[in-house]
Amino acid sequence: MKPEDFQLLSDLLKRRSGLQLSPEKGYLLESRLTPLARKRGLEGLDELIAEIRNTRDETLMRDVTEAMTTNESFFFRDNTPFDLFRNHVLPGLRECRKDRKHIRIWCAACSTGQEPYSLAMILKEQQATLPGWRFEIVGTDLSPKVLDKAKQGVYSQFEVQRGLPIQLLMKYFEQTGEMWQLTDQIRQMVTYKEFNLLDPFDALGKFDVIYCRNVLIYFDQPTKTQILDRMRAQIPADGTLFLGAAETVLGITDVFKPVRGQRGMYIPADSPALAQPAAAIA
Amino acid sequence: MKCCLVVDDSKVIRKVARRILEEMNFQIMEAVDGQDALEQCLQEAPDVILLDWNMPVMNGIDFLRSLRERAEIKQPVVVFCTTENDMAHIRTAMEAGANEYIMKPFDREIIEAKFSQVGLM
Repeated sequence: MKPEDFQLLSDLLKRRSGLQLSPEKGYLLESRLTPLARKRGLEGLDELIAEIRNTRDETLMRDVTEAMTTNESFFFRDNTPFDLFRNHVLPGLRECRKDRKHIRIWCAACSTGQEPYSLAMILKEQQATLPGWRFEIVGTDLSPKVLDKAKQGVYSQFEVQRGLPIQLLMKYFEQTGEMWQLTDQIRQMVTYKEFNLLDPFDALGKFDVIYCRNVLIYFDQPTKTQILDRMRAQIPADGTLFLGAAETVLGITDVFKPVRGQRGMYIPADSPALAQPAAAIA
Repeated sequence: MKCCLVVDDSKVIRKVARRILEEMNFQIMEAVDGQDALEQCLQEAPDVILLDWNMPVMNGIDFLRSLRERAEIKQPVVVFCTTENDMAHIRTAMEAGANEYIMKPFDREIIEAKFSQVGLM
């Protein structure tokens, strides 16, 4: 690929999604955009690039951005962030929010819905111990295509076997031919919104917990910093942030601190928990 | 090192499962049907059994029911691994005492996820 073509696509992705594409990942442009070119009846990537340059067609640019985003997701991915939610965060919220009886969770870049639905199933399993509580889970993603799949809640046999315990499959899914349909009682616990993490967060409201896993790795450092700093403004001092196992706030922002021994879990630097000796940070 | 008994009448499936599980650091035993598996469990109790459903001599569900009735056998974790991919079979297996259920085809990622859910990883 010509350097000017790489630059055009890399600038487009950075501007529209924050995605940072290094030259060594240039092969991804070929592998992910060639099928898009063919779908549009074009010869290949060169023609697609020419069309972007000449038309600046909004739909095309959106399709290019969507094709370049990574949408891998599975139920209870990495287990730990969900165990921590069930065993640490939820008991804490049960105490701190007992007057309000309302918990709001944001799954940023939720892809095809497995993360918010995993949390919804945990909450549903705990509902007997939380009578009268309201749970609100908001899943956002840049891609309308993955959000459509998330809303449908229909998954393949392969997808339901990656991380979903069989007891939860039996309880919360119905088989429809070769596919597995999530029941309405879980689907209705999650609302989805098309949303770009580069846009202001104000309209989303405040949250008690934010899951932003395996997203920041695709951004450059200044973008990571501004996203994390703005996320801090969306949660109270006793809120919680979960990042992916390969991500950290260290060296990126001081507004969150890692919780010692709890991989991927972060709390605001002014969290009341940090005033207690037992909750020392890493 | 934990021990896994792979019970399947297909030599190919046993070979594939062995390769995956050895990479996951399991010691492997093999059985060709439920009867063979039961005899081996009486000799040496595995930590986990990866169990096919449809087999000659004794099928997977009959083996599991027999296994769970045998107080003299140290009870292993049982993960079904079968082409029976409907809810009725899954319910039957879980009611008979299975701990997890894999619908074939499987790969290492699925086995790891399922084994992790039953505390083997």
